[in-house]
Amino acid sequence: MIEMRNIRKIYQLGDEEVRALDGVSLRIEDHEFAAVIGPSGSGKSTMMHILGCLDVADEGEYLLDGRDISDYTDDQLAEVRNRKIGFIFQQFNLLQKLSALENVELPLIYQGVPRVERQKRAHDALELVGLGDRMNHRPNQLSGGQQQRVAIARALATKPELILADEPTGNLDSHSSAEIIGLLHRLHEQGNTIVVITHDNDIAEEAERIIRIRDGRIVSDERKGASA
Amino acid sequence: MMLSQSIRMAFKAIGANKSRSFLTMLGIIIGVLAVSTLISVVQGATGSITSQLQGLGSNMLMVNFRNSGNVEITQSDLQSLVSPSTGISAVSPTVTSQGTVRSAGKSMTATVTGVNKDYFGIRSLTVTTGRSLQAADDLYRTPVAVIGTGVADTLFGQRNVVGSTIVVMGREMTIVGLLKEEGTSQFNTNDNTIFIPYQTAQRLLKNTYLSSFYVASASSDTVALAKTSVEAFLDERVHSSDNYSIFSMNDILSALGSVTSLLSLLLGGIAGISLLVGGIGIMNIMLVSVTERTREIGIRKAIGAKRRSILSQFMIEALVISLVGGLIGLGISWLGVTIIGSLMGISIGITFGVASLSLGFSAGVGLVFGIYPAAKASKLAPIDALRYE
Ligand SMILES: Nc1ncnc2c1ncn2[C@@H]1O[C@H](COP(=O)(O)OP(=O)(O)OP(=O)(O)O)[C@@H](O)[C@H]1O
Ligand SMILES: [Mg+2]
Repeated sequence: MIEMRNIRKIYQLGDEEVRALDGVSLRIEDHEFAAVIGPSGSGKSTMMHILGCLDVADEGEYLLDGRDISDYTDDQLAEVRNRKIGFIFQQFNLLQKLSALENVELPLIYQGVPRVERQKRAHDALELVGLGDRMNHRPNQLSGGQQQRVAIARALATKPELILADEPTGNLDSHSSAEIIGLLHRLHEQGNTIVVITHDNDIAEEAERIIRIRDGRIVSDERKGASA
Repeated sequence: MMLSQSIRMAFKAIGANKSRSFLTMLGIIIGVLAVSTLISVVQGATGSITSQLQGLGSNMLMVNFRNSGNVEITQSDLQSLVSPSTGISAVSPTVTSQGTVRSAGKSMTATVTGVNKDYFGIRSLTVTTGRSLQAADDLYRTPVAVIGTGVADTLFGQRNVVGSTIVVMGREMTIVGLLKEEGTSQFNTNDNTIFIPYQTAQRLLKNTYLSSFYVASASSDTVALAKTSVEAFLDERVHSSDNYSIFSMNDILSALGSVTSLLSLLLGGIAGISLLVGGIGIMNIMLVSVTERTREIGIRKAIGAKRRSILSQFMIEALVISLVGGLIGLGISWLGVTIIGSLMGISIGITFGVASLSLGFSAGVGLVFGIYPAAKASKLAPIDALRYE
């Protein structure tokens, strides 16, 4: 369970102040599949960075599993990102010099998982996203959709509770997008909490819950019936 | 994160940028090459000179008179120096000159030196065939000679010369002994010297004054005692200490030792500066690398790398660069030293001390200059690093 209470994130650009998040309160339960949607510049990415402990809010509280992380040290935040959160970025953010397998192994290396187990888990994660035959390819030898699937495998490998995806299909064609969305659904069925950030209504419609955001504020928050 | 993993990652990062990594290493390679080659060559040369000097007899003192006309010291005076209380075990007067020596058909100029039977022991000279000089030779002024191999080669073209006759400065003499060859690399070689009995020489050279003598101390512990005994002996007989000088092999050795250790320090220091410059090169490249890889650092942090992991990643990279550079430098230096050694005709190698000094130094350089860029990388905020283009 994650909860934001009156979160503000303000960037000071010269004299001008940009309220990227302006008092956001939000609660996402375990096993939810939520979409955050809003126009460009509305603060979606900023929100995801705070949800993902990549950045900290200027004001407000952020509770992760009931604990306030505002006084966590850098290393404690790294630990949280490593164990609890899996990221999927629009730009994939894979390390270009490592193979698909090595990229997926990386978070496990930081967890100190021994080599054999690590490789097995990375292997399994890649199989799951359908890249069992591309393990030793470098990112630049893979298509965009395949790269994003590697990134998903990397996010899965640590078995995190929360998966955060910022425009995961933003750089992909419709076919690849459908594959990625399909994967997210499968993860959701397996019990993961998923937050997808998008400005695409079709993708938002895939989720159980749609949170609309504009100018750093939540303007609507609706849950679909259990029938979805 | 496991160390072996970090090291593998460092090699990967270095391999990904081979030419730049090599150029960075070059500073370290040249530094280590300079340090270890210079120190090894100085050490090797010193070792070879020292052992040659020791071969001349490290327990030896040599006394020279400036104005030998005034010196009235007889052979029996000199022999009175030999005693357990003086720490002296043997004394030999010498008188020496350059002179013409002839055999049946050939002639040459050689050093003719008059000595007593103890001289050979004092100077550690070995007679390989025939015999050395004896007390009776001196007493009866026998016309006999012990010659160096150079003389035998020049006058006879062979070394089977014991029993042959030569004419030394107009006087016929019988060769009774041949000295062991010392070779041209030996400094102050005796290969071209003819040793004859002291009194025979006094007469031949028409010189009855003592110009110098050699003393052997009983052991290496009594060198200092022997020196004071000789000084006391001379002060009684020679009026001013300006009139003589005493060389002790030990003094020469220790003077040589301090000169060469100063030399190694100086050369090592100069070479050390090049290592330092190499280190600055590493820092430079690592800083560039941190900037270039900001995005990578951001990704690593996003998926859970702690400060310590990033710090050790960059530190290990700097260390690997400097250590690999150090090893390459050491390898080239080993080659160079071997070649220089064979050119100089002495055996020099890189000692364990020099090898560990240069490797330790390059590792230190890597650590010191790696810390700043590594710390800088580890402190990047993940979100800033991720957004970096
Ligand atoms: N580092 C920063 N410095 C200054 N302003 C920033 C910074 N990051 C974001 N902003 C501003 O905060 C606001 C929200 O940005 P954010 O990236 O969260 O938008 P977004 O909803 O993700 O947009 P998009 O759909 O285009 O990705 C924008 O107005 C942006 O200009
Ligand atoms: Mg965005």
